[in-house]
Amino acid sequence: MSAGLTNRPRTGAAVDGETARRRGWGWLLLVPGMLYLGIFFVFPTIQLFFTSLYDPSGSFETGYSMTWHFANYVDALTSTWNLFVRSFAYAGITTLVCLLLGYPLAYAIAFRAGRWKYFMLVLVIAPFFTSFLLRTLAWRTILSDQGPVTSFFQLIGVLPEGGRLLATPVAVIAGLIYNFMPFMTLPLYAALDKVDYRLIEAAGDLYSSPLTGFRKVTFPLSMPGVVAGTLLTFIPACGDYINAELLGTPKQYMVGNRIQSAFLTEHNYPLAASLSLILMAVVLVMVIAYVRRAGTEELV
Amino acid sequence: MATVATRERVSSQPGQARPSKRPAGRWLSDHLVLLVGIVVLIYMFVPIGYIFALSFNEPSGRSATAQFESFTWSNWTSICEPEGLCASLKLSFEVSITATILATILGTLMAFALVRHSFRGRGASNLVIFLPMATPEVVMGSSLLAMFVSVGFDSVLGFITIVIAHVLFCLSFVVVTVKARLAGMDARLEQAAMDLYANEWQTFRLITLPLATPGIVAAALLAFSLSFDDFIVTNFTAGQSVTFPLFIYGSKLKDFPPQLFVVGSLMFLISFVFVIAGELWRRRRAAIR
Repeated sequence: MSAGLTNRPRTGAAVDGETARRRGWGWLLLVPGMLYLGIFFVFPTIQLFFTSLYDPSGSFETGYSMTWHFANYVDALTSTWNLFVRSFAYAGITTLVCLLLGYPLAYAIAFRAGRWKYFMLVLVIAPFFTSFLLRTLAWRTILSDQGPVTSFFQLIGVLPEGGRLLATPVAVIAGLIYNFMPFMTLPLYAALDKVDYRLIEAAGDLYSSPLTGFRKVTFPLSMPGVVAGTLLTFIPACGDYINAELLGTPKQYMVGNRIQSAFLTEHNYPLAASLSLILMAVVLVMVIAYVRRAGTEELV
Repeated sequence: MATVATRERVSSQPGQARPSKRPAGRWLSDHLVLLVGIVVLIYMFVPIGYIFALSFNEPSGRSATAQFESFTWSNWTSICEPEGLCASLKLSFEVSITATILATILGTLMAFALVRHSFRGRGASNLVIFLPMATPEVVMGSSLLAMFVSVGFDSVLGFITIVIAHVLFCLSFVVVTVKARLAGMDARLEQAAMDLYANEWQTFRLITLPLATPGIVAAALLAFSLSFDDFIVTNFTAGQSVTFPLFIYGSKLKDFPPQLFVVGSLMFLISFVFVIAGELWRRRRAAIR
C-alpha cells in the first residue's frame, strides 16, 4: 500500500534497474498522465490563485471582477489565524501519538508476530474496509455522554461528574488518531520489514542496552518509514474537517471546516481560495523542510 | 511453541528468547512490544464492533447513532429500504471501478516511464506527481470545483466530475506503488530474456508484466479503497449526485437508517473474506511450487 512512499531499496537489483534505464521514446508513456495532472491539478491550482485575488465584494450570482486584491490574504489570516494554529496543533499531536502507538504495532508485526504476521497486517488494514464516516459516527456513539468510555472516566475520577468527552478537543484528536493510524503503521511496517534483524541482534551482542540498540540501530534504519508515515498522517490531518464536525463543536473547528463552508455554503470563493492556498503553502513548506531535515531525498 | 523446533535451524530467528537469569522479566520484555501492538489493534477494532452491534439495533427514537436499544434481524433483510441507499451504493461502485481502471492505466504507464526510461525533466515530473499527495483534500476539492464552475461544467456536476476528481487523487498513489515494485525488480531477468532471443514485446509480456503484476494489483486495490471511501473531494465535485459516503453524511442529521450499519458490516465481512481467501490461494500456489 503506502509502502511505496518509503525509499527504494538500494540493492543490487535496484542499481541494475538504474543502469538498465533506456533512452528513446519511452518517456512518451508519461504524457497521458502528465497531461491529466496538468489539466486537473496544475491548472486548477493556478486558477485558484487567481480566484483568491478577486474583488471580495462580488458574489456567486453577480460574478467576480479581478482586482488583484491581495488584501484577501490579510483578511483570511486575521479572521482565521486561530483555526490555522488549531489545525496544525491537532495534526501535530495526532501525528506524534500515531507514531508512538503505530511504531510498537509495526515493530510487533515485523519482528514478533511469527506466523501471525500476515494476519496482523490484514487486521491493520481491515478498518479501511468499512466507511470511515461510519467508523467516526461509531466513535460518536462510544464517546457520547451516556456511552461506556465517559462513564468509566467519571468512575475513576479522570472526568468530573457530568464531564463530557464528546464535543471536546480530546474527542476530535482521538478521532483523528484513530482514522489515520493505518497511514502511519503501514509505511513503518514496510520499512521495519526490510531491516535485517541480525543487525539489531548484533547491537545486543556488542553489549548495547536494548534502548541504545533501538536508538542507534533500529530507529535510524526505519527512518524512511517514519518520514513516509508522518507525512501520510500529518498532511490529511491538517485538512480534515470530518472529525471536528462529527466529534466536536464549532469551538473545535479546523481550517478545513472554514474552507468547506466558505466554498459550499457561503459561496465566498475569494476567501475560500485564499484559505486553501495558505493551507497548501504552509503544508508544502513544512513538508519540504521536514524531508530535507530527515534527509530522505529519495522520497518522490 | 514453534520456537523450539526452529531454534536449531535458524540462528537469528526474530523473537527468539536468549537464555536469561530472570525468565519472567525476560518474557515480559520480549513480549511487551507484541502486547502493546495487540492493544493498539483492539483499539482499531472497537468502532467496527459497534458498527456490527448497531446493525442489529432497532432504534425507537429518531437517531440510530444513539445507544443500542433492542435486537432485531430486520435491518439485514431490508437493506435497500431507506430511499436512495442502494442507488448511492451503485453510484459508488460505478465511480470507483471507473476511476480505478483509469488511474491504474495512467499511473502504471507513468511508473514505467519513470523507472525504465531516462529523459530530461524527470525530477520535475516526480515533483508534479508528488504534489497532489501533499495537497490537503479540501484544497484539491475546492480548486476542482472552482475550475468546473468557471468552465461551465457546473450543469454536469455528477458522475463525470466525480470520476475526474477520483482519478486525480488516486493517480499519484498508483504511480508510487507501481514504481516501488518496478524499482525492486531484478533487471537482469529481462536482460536474460533478451539474451535468449526474446524480442522487446515478448520480454515485456512474458517477463516484465508478470513481475510487475503484484504491484499493479496492489495499486488498483489501493485506488479502489481510496475512491470508494472518499468523502471530502466528492462532496465538492458531486453536485446533486449522492455516493455512499455522501449518503451517510446526509443521513447523519436526519433520521439515521440502521441499514447503513448493515452495509458497513457487510463491506467489512466481504473484503475480509476476499483478503483471507486471496492469501490462502497464494500460499497454496507457493506450496505447489
